[in-house]
Amino acid sequence: MKVEEPVRWVDERLGASPLLRKAVRYVFPEHWSFLLGEIALYSFVVLVASGIYLTLFFSPSSHPVVYHGSYVPLQGTTVSESYASTLDLSFDVPAGLLVRQTHHWAALVFLVAIVMHLLRVFFTGAFRKPRDVNYFIGVTMLAVAVVEGFAGYSLPDDLLSGMGLAIAYAVVMSIPIAGGNLAFLIWGGQFPGSDAFEPRLFIVHVLIVPVILAGLIGAHLAVIMRQKHSQFRGTGRTARNVVGAPLWPAYALRSLGLLFAVAAVLTLLGGLVQINPVWQWGHYQPWLGTNGAQPDWYLGWLIGALRLMPPIELHAFGKTWVPNPFFGGVLFPTVVFTVLYMWPWLERRVTGDRLRHDLLDRPRDRPSRTAFGAAFFTWVATIFVAGAADRILVRVGIPYEGQVWFFRTGAVLFPIIVFFVVRRTCRQLSDTGVHPLRGWTGAIVRRTGRGGFDSAA
Amino acid sequence: MRRLWRLLLALVLVWRRRDAAPPGPPPDPSSRDTRPRPRAERVAAAALAIAGAFGVAFAVLFVVRPDTQLLGLALGVALALLAFALVLAGKRIVPQEIAVEERPELVREEDEAATAQAVAESGEGVSRRRLLGAAAGMAGAGLGAALIVPISALGPNVADRIDHTPWRDGVGLAYEDGRPVLADDVESRALITAFPTGADPRELGSPVVVVRVPVTELDLPARRQGWAPEGLLAFSKICTHAGCAVGLYRAPLYEPTSRGPALVCPCHYSTFDVRRGAEVIFGPAGRPLPQLPLRIAPDRRLLAAGGMSGSIGPAWWSVKR
Amino acid sequence: MSRRRALFALALVAGTLAVVGLAAPPPRAQGPADVRAAADASAIARGRSLFVSGCSSCHGMDARGRPGRGPSVIGAGAAAADFYLSTGRMPLAEPRDEPTRAPPAYRRSDIRALVAYIAALGGPTIPRVAPQQGRLREGVHAFADHCAGCHQIVGRGGIATGAVAPPLQEATPTQIAEAVRIGPYVMPRFSERQIDAQTLDDLVRYVRSTRHPDDRGGWGIGNLGPVPEGMVAWLLAGVALLIVARLIGERTS
Repeated sequence: MKVEEPVRWVDERLGASPLLRKAVRYVFPEHWSFLLGEIALYSFVVLVASGIYLTLFFSPSSHPVVYHGSYVPLQGTTVSESYASTLDLSFDVPAGLLVRQTHHWAALVFLVAIVMHLLRVFFTGAFRKPRDVNYFIGVTMLAVAVVEGFAGYSLPDDLLSGMGLAIAYAVVMSIPIAGGNLAFLIWGGQFPGSDAFEPRLFIVHVLIVPVILAGLIGAHLAVIMRQKHSQFRGTGRTARNVVGAPLWPAYALRSLGLLFAVAAVLTLLGGLVQINPVWQWGHYQPWLGTNGAQPDWYLGWLIGALRLMPPIELHAFGKTWVPNPFFGGVLFPTVVFTVLYMWPWLERRVTGDRLRHDLLDRPRDRPSRTAFGAAFFTWVATIFVAGAADRILVRVGIPYEGQVWFFRTGAVLFPIIVFFVVRRTCRQLSDTGVHPLRGWTGAIVRRTGRGGFDSAA
Repeated sequence: MRRLWRLLLALVLVWRRRDAAPPGPPPDPSSRDTRPRPRAERVAAAALAIAGAFGVAFAVLFVVRPDTQLLGLALGVALALLAFALVLAGKRIVPQEIAVEERPELVREEDEAATAQAVAESGEGVSRRRLLGAAAGMAGAGLGAALIVPISALGPNVADRIDHTPWRDGVGLAYEDGRPVLADDVESRALITAFPTGADPRELGSPVVVVRVPVTELDLPARRQGWAPEGLLAFSKICTHAGCAVGLYRAPLYEPTSRGPALVCPCHYSTFDVRRGAEVIFGPAGRPLPQLPLRIAPDRRLLAAGGMSGSIGPAWWSVKR
Repeated sequence: MSRRRALFALALVAGTLAVVGLAAPPPRAQGPADVRAAADASAIARGRSLFVSGCSSCHGMDARGRPGRGPSVIGAGAAAADFYLSTGRMPLAEPRDEPTRAPPAYRRSDIRALVAYIAALGGPTIPRVAPQQGRLREGVHAFADHCAGCHQIVGRGGIATGAVAPPLQEATPTQIAEAVRIGPYVMPRFSERQIDAQTLDDLVRYVRSTRHPDDRGGWGIGNLGPVPEGMVAWLLAGVALLIVARLIGERTS
């Protein structure tokens, strides 16, 4: 069969050949750091595929049932249907545990990739006009992904996720004035909520948010297509062109390869490294708790903030205006996302630069932006470590109370130190032309004894 | 030392520049490499074949022995080999081309001006814009409210539900299996979790922790004298910070070389001093754990002597200190 | 060129070490002595002399304790003596230190003698447990109710303000029962009224099972939950996918 025949088939029915012509020759710049967003995209694909399999077996209901599956230590225990169906998925559905674990690893890696992608976009200045629109879509997807992940691991009604939901309830309640009503609305009453909560959480997780995410991803890709991807400076690369590989065949094959590589990594993890063993945690009851309970990594910054916050609550006229969880659970993430959203505007204001940019910066060429980004990341990361490192630090002899003071001080001090160190380093790298990892790659010029110059690469 | 290098670099650049030709158009980076690579093709074909074999292995294992690790390995290796073959094809087998495309100009002045004009023209002859605008605003507000209000049907009224607990004077304390808690069960340094007899244990106000401290060591707030017969103290088990179960009891065997008795929440380590009525001595909780007054029935059963001293669980707007 | 590769290799190695280090159990201690309170008078006498030389600086020559240093051990019983000595928690270097598991400071015969002496002063005998008669299902339930708040739901240990609840994988059945009945250091004390003999067997059976938890999902990474899971996501998957991206894409020219 000749190649012309399928092309003719499509053209006769859809008249799509002008579109296909442009698509086939569409040029993608090839730098490896432009693949980070694709890793996130392909993690999403794995999430949807594995998620569909899970929805066929999971039963989102808080109705109590007696577990009679094959996991002996819990046989005869009265648990919710959600928990029991998760146990069934893990023990009695073939490949059920593989798909469950792959799905959960995919969620963690989805967010790892988004954060790496965000860092690349920030430090190379890709958020500048005309791409600020896409940047806003991306930051929104980050927030939506965090919520989606939390909803997902809260569904099985195990001890860890139940404790997490209780904290989420407290955070919603802490919103001034409206918090109590909002929490009652979401949970259908006082925590642990009405029977309607679990099915609604399920619909949010498998329908409402995935549709929103898919729409945002579509918009994100459409904007890239329209504007064409940015690129680094280099031979023959100008602000008016795009240099790279054409979509067909090279780029499509490589990208498809990346899809299967992501799927491979996630499947290998799903089969070989255990994640969220709900049968070990046990089911949730409001009067039960475990030491060492943690949220999934992408919420670690919030548990750190909740732990570091001093016991401040604002009362006046017989009302609690600001309960304590508000500061760590609402104010802190609001500040972080506000800074993220406002950064393109802030940078425009400070630099006065309102031009269109399609060529990317090397981080070292923009010392102030790189330093600010590093400092901001350090701030969030310090609070994150405060929430996650309590056990490790106690093991090396630092009691918990001491840790709290160390990290409170560090959250203020470390970003300041990082800002100045990074800015100075960037300036030095930029001035001397040394590559941060490869070292000096230029020519070394020496004066010879006879008075001339001698150069060695 | 650095200045020396910079000076030398500047000299070199100046030196080079004297010999350089005047700047021309940017060099054309496009290229196309169609050399056949038979070895890469063979490797890719082999990888695809082995990937297929692992795929079959997955299918067989699924039916015969669905062990999670074996299934994950089989499918994972199949996907990895497929990925390898595709990347190899994309980087070595198909023509390697560097293409150059023009970047679209996003701003089109004429279209922009024409659009702006068309929009402006659409208002020709419309005389009372502000009146229409204000009326449209009223419609929007009204319809918007009409759309949002049904959300309130999704939840019950808050009212005083937040402060409701099943505890009243005379309600007996019971274990999870329903047996009554006796005062003598709660020995010194023991930790008991109890529930109101006949109530739903899952209700947030239900679970309490009961401990015993020597009467002489009690230092309760005013108006709570008599709440702790024989030194028995009962507090809501739901942390007033963020709602976790306070299941950690620090009960010193020898206080001079350790710390005082306290309830600790495992989530964010809010620490409550039991002798002072669960006052917060560390951590982010903003108010003490509510205390349940106790009395001992003639048959030694433990009973509540009233309702909780304050709102249970995490705080919100209407919670008083 | 090599610097970059070295850095990648270092990151991968460091990452794996960190995850393994988090999952690794603490160093093995010597097994406990299997002690019975001997009524042998010579054992008691030898125990007394050992007590005077090794314990009296904090617990007093008369075993009534020294204020601010150590409590009285009269009435502590064989159970307490055996627990503290066989887990190496006593002798304690500094009175204000938290007693932690360590290689026992005394030989088994010496521990037996010391236990005989303390037992002679009165107090609970070493509890007898029969883990094989324990029911795993009830043990799960009891552990979640009474123990998980400090020791973590799979017995991996936990922390509190002012104390560390140790991991339980090295505890023998007798030591578990002793700790439950004594409430050492700041651990609460559970008598037969809170945890009866059958429930204690159930608990011991469950705690012993946590040495080999059901890790059918693969590598358990310490059974600690989201922290090691997040480390794997970044240091294994993240690094692996970065390497894949580097292989597929180009570097700046």
